[in-house]
Amino acid sequence: MSGSGGTAPAHVTLRGITRVYPGQAPQPPVHALGPIDLDLAQGEFFAVVGPSGCGKSTLLDVIAGLVVASAGEAAFEGTPIAGSVPDGIGVVFQEDASFPWLTVHDNIAFGLRELGRPADVVNAKVTYALNFMGLADFAHAYPAQLSGGMRQRVCIARTLVLEPRLILLDEPFGALDQQTRLLMGDELLRLWRETGATILLITHALDEATMLADRVGVMSARPGRFLEIVATGWARERDSTIVSDPRFGQLTSRIWTLLRSESLRALGHAGANR
Amino acid sequence: MSRVGLLRTAVIAGAIASLEGLIRGGIVPRFTIIPPSEMVVALVAILRSGKFTIDIVTTLTNVALAIVAAMIVGVAVGTALQKAAALRRIFDPLFATYYAIPMYAFYPLLIVVFGLGDVPQICIGFLLAVMAVIINTLNGLDRVPRVLLKAARMHRMGGLRTALRIRLPYAAPYIFTGFKLAVAYSFIGVIGAEFITSSRGIGYEISFAYNNFDNRLMYGLILFVLLLVMTVNMSLHVWEKRLMARRRR
Repeated sequence: MSGSGGTAPAHVTLRGITRVYPGQAPQPPVHALGPIDLDLAQGEFFAVVGPSGCGKSTLLDVIAGLVVASAGEAAFEGTPIAGSVPDGIGVVFQEDASFPWLTVHDNIAFGLRELGRPADVVNAKVTYALNFMGLADFAHAYPAQLSGGMRQRVCIARTLVLEPRLILLDEPFGALDQQTRLLMGDELLRLWRETGATILLITHALDEATMLADRVGVMSARPGRFLEIVATGWARERDSTIVSDPRFGQLTSRIWTLLRSESLRALGHAGANR
Repeated sequence: MSRVGLLRTAVIAGAIASLEGLIRGGIVPRFTIIPPSEMVVALVAILRSGKFTIDIVTTLTNVALAIVAAMIVGVAVGTALQKAAALRRIFDPLFATYYAIPMYAFYPLLIVVFGLGDVPQICIGFLLAVMAVIINTLNGLDRVPRVLLKAARMHRMGGLRTALRIRLPYAAPYIFTGFKLAVAYSFIGVIGAEFITSSRGIGYEISFAYNNFDNRLMYGLILFVLLLVMTVNMSLHVWEKRLMARRRR
């Protein structure tokens, strides 16, 4: 079930990743995830879909070093990930993670300043990110004055200016409307091509996964495992117009077929495996 | 000025004018209260004479010391308690009942321990003020969204940097509410303590004038305290509103 998307060396390797939450006294432990085996190739766009509560976010947290796996090994660029966020990994979270006390400009500059970069470097990078993300007119606004989509763009920009080699996105467009999501998807593809970063995207939107990713990992209900990894075969140059490609519909319906019984199982429907 | 502002000014002006009328018309005896216009005249005379400058400076200094101490101790204790869940559970009943404790009951003890200087008054002001800062600091820190703490870890920040750069800035508007209350409580504590036993201060002079039937001096000083506290609190209120406006979604 593993395998890199080509001959390029693996950027991220996961071997037997399992996560079990210890239960409080009367409750038994919860087996949330795994075992998961996965190789992400350098510069690959990989999407993960799965039923609610299947451990998608836990998987991302393990790769990000925010959570330690109960068993198994995770490595980024050949170095084991162990309980702290490795250098070169950027995370964009599902929830709004913008800092409400800082302006858009200062939000984006936050990580660079934490690293002690000189002011002129910080300003140049932030200005570039503001323009790239279409936030230039809002540089001095506070997050509270922005829409949800713009706040998420601030968070994406704040992560991107650090030039991560691996970008982890946890349902970053979950709170956005469909049109904004398609457009944000285009921006994400553009950014992916320009930076050459590896991207792991977690989403509950099947069409989003099909449209954006090189490969889509379809996860089972809890404990989450990969049922199948579907290669989309899109060209690197692509955008949201591929939704009208007949293959887009075929791929999406294939993923849904894989997921349907799992989603029912996650909802608690016994005997859904028809 | 807004409609509400105009209305508010009119109500206050009306109240003052009717008080003035009631006293000048002999309905309220001058022995009880002097007309507001005379209070203003008395206040101007008090400030001009310079006789009470030392009292005013003493009170303001003591209030300021109580506020600063309450801010520093309150934020530090609040931050520490937020980290130490077990300790917090132990002290929880105290937070709920703290303001039911009549702090002035400890005043004699404070005088015995610290003598008849400024320290007992500062202590009362501090004791009244500090819990408001602790409670509001805890409240603010409890509200820090988990995702911001995850973001801090992504930026590979340690515990102290996360506290200084994420937790406290996020909690700032709540802590500010604590500061605002601390200012009000410090004035109440210090001036109240001066009333009971002290050798100087605005509270002491008001009490002294009261005992000597010196209505002009007493009301002049009361007016001074009123104007001072109102000005300070209104400035803080405006500042707080500005701080909160940035956050409102």
